[in-house]
Amino acid sequence: MLSFIIRRTLLAIPVLIGIVVVVFFLIRAIPGDPCTAILGEQATEEACARFDEANGLNEPIFIQLGIYMKNVVTFDLGESIRFSRPVNQLLIERLPLTIELALSALTIAVAVGVPLGVLAARKHNTAVDTATMAFANVGVSMPVFWLGLMLAYVFALVLRDTAFALPPSGRLPAGVFSDPYYEVWGWTFAEGSAWAKFHEFIGNHYIFNSAITGQWDIFRAAVRHMILPAVALATIPLAIIARITRSSLLEVMGKDYIRTARAKGAKEKRVVRRHALRNSLLPVVTIIGLQLGLLLGGAVLTETVFNLAGVGRALFDAIEGRDYAIVQGFTVIIAAGYVIVNLLVDLSYAYLDPRIRVD
Amino acid sequence: MLSRRQAMEQLEAMAADATLLTEKPLSQGRLALRRFRQRRSGMVGLAIISFLVLVAIFAPLIAPFEPNNVLVGEEEGVVRRAPPCVHVLGCDDELPQHILGTDGNTRDQFSRIVFGSRVSLTLGFFTVTIALVVGTLLGAIAGYTGGWLDNIIMRIMDVVLGFPSLLLAIAIVSVFGAGLRNALIAIAVVSIPAYARVMRAQVLALKEADFVSAARALGAAPRQILLRRIVPNAMTPLVVLATLGIATAILEAAGLSFLGLGAQEPQAEWGSMLARERNQVFTSPHLVFFPGLAIMITVLGFNLMGDGLRDALDPTLNR
Repeated sequence: MLSFIIRRTLLAIPVLIGIVVVVFFLIRAIPGDPCTAILGEQATEEACARFDEANGLNEPIFIQLGIYMKNVVTFDLGESIRFSRPVNQLLIERLPLTIELALSALTIAVAVGVPLGVLAARKHNTAVDTATMAFANVGVSMPVFWLGLMLAYVFALVLRDTAFALPPSGRLPAGVFSDPYYEVWGWTFAEGSAWAKFHEFIGNHYIFNSAITGQWDIFRAAVRHMILPAVALATIPLAIIARITRSSLLEVMGKDYIRTARAKGAKEKRVVRRHALRNSLLPVVTIIGLQLGLLLGGAVLTETVFNLAGVGRALFDAIEGRDYAIVQGFTVIIAAGYVIVNLLVDLSYAYLDPRIRVD
Repeated sequence: MLSRRQAMEQLEAMAADATLLTEKPLSQGRLALRRFRQRRSGMVGLAIISFLVLVAIFAPLIAPFEPNNVLVGEEEGVVRRAPPCVHVLGCDDELPQHILGTDGNTRDQFSRIVFGSRVSLTLGFFTVTIALVVGTLLGAIAGYTGGWLDNIIMRIMDVVLGFPSLLLAIAIVSVFGAGLRNALIAIAVVSIPAYARVMRAQVLALKEADFVSAARALGAAPRQILLRRIVPNAMTPLVVLATLGIATAILEAAGLSFLGLGAQEPQAEWGSMLARERNQVFTSPHLVFFPGLAIMITVLGFNLMGDGLRDALDPTLNR
């Protein structure tokens, strides 16, 4: 197992390097030079020379790439032009929202998708099966931004005076703030230290933060704001997970060891839960990893629809505003996160299925 | 000893048997077609797509107005963002009939949606064609030659797969400029790895097949073996992938247009129509609902057809 972990981890490194290189060159392929983009069209040649010097832009391109790689590894992602703040500070503020959104969506997708798939497989070739799969087919075909807008319309407008009303935008109601746990518990850190930044990052996960500090009003508000975006984002992965669970379970139910389990006199429930479901969930685990890419891409759209200040939305705004430092930094971080999650999925897959470790 | 009559009867029976035997067995293609017809979902998908293709072809005949025709000043009583109005369904006869309402520029939404089918269908088709051709070639070369070339091609594919696809598409479009053509190319680029990987796996399996060894023994050139023997036999899963790929491409293109990176005004494209009116969702929900519904139905059609094709072409999946 250990050698498998090492081998698989080493395989991820060239991909990560490739991603950094691709982003580096993509940014440099954008028409127009950074000097005039930042200092303005009126910038003199002298000022541009000074600017290039200060930013290392007069070095040969491969030296620049080397410097950039070093900076990425040390988590120095440069400074945003529009906000005049370090990119990693912006990440600390915005990444938690996207993480919470993606995790909520993934939770919904798994919690609903797997049981639906099991239900469809257990009632194979009945109306329940057909209805579930029809639902799944419609689910994968829905544009996430459309579903988001329609959910907002229904829950924020049509149902606004009922118990089902839900807010259509934002993360918390206006004027409500989530007190980070380290302030609640009176922890103090050295100003600007990595440790302080780490806690700030964790504390910005509002749902998590309000739950551990017992700020239940804020917890409820944060969850209520998260429901619509999470449901919109979850729909496609949910449908895919339901389909994979169904077909995988159907396949496993035809296996010899299921017949053996039945022959031993095991109850049907036990056969399904202990023998079939466990083995059929393996492909589902892989799919969950792949869905994360979809979730992160969909997050750009969902955050746009629901006016959420997450990394997806920030990245899109930065592209529009030609804020290269943010584009570079955020893309690298998101892609790296995606690669790492898929690595973890592969490892868990190997843990669940010993046969994979062999080759 | 058999009588003459008995002998004749026997011969006749044998002949009948023989005709049974000489009757051509169903070809692979026919079997697949038969299986496809038995799948309800595949047939529904085919029906949806056929319908949409007809709508796209005959759009000028179906649409009551030009898609970009601003009706204010041309038609009496027309208002911006008018809700759907169908006279036979009880809409006031005084009001002009717009069965799906009008948009913020007093253009007929139904006509725009009808013409939008042309954009989405051509876009889906071209994107997948580019991705399929490039991906198949890369995968075939990687699988057939092996070695360092295989390694380089597949590592590049891994890097492309390392990005969430929509994000990479956004990045590519933002570098080369917003617009439908660039969106099309970006989506094609991000979907290449899927085809390359499947093709490579197919080629690796087929490379050692007897009929390929036979071709090699007959002295066929590697290029011929690859293009004439291996690729045609490896296409089955790629056809399925391509059908499902059209669905994804349409969905991603709509997403890019929604973000303002794809189709530009005044082109009638579903994603950008919806994006333009998204802030009006609370007052004029029909302007968001119908374009999105059109996207969903189209994507659903290709998804269903892809599923049907997969079931039909891969007998091992039949249950």
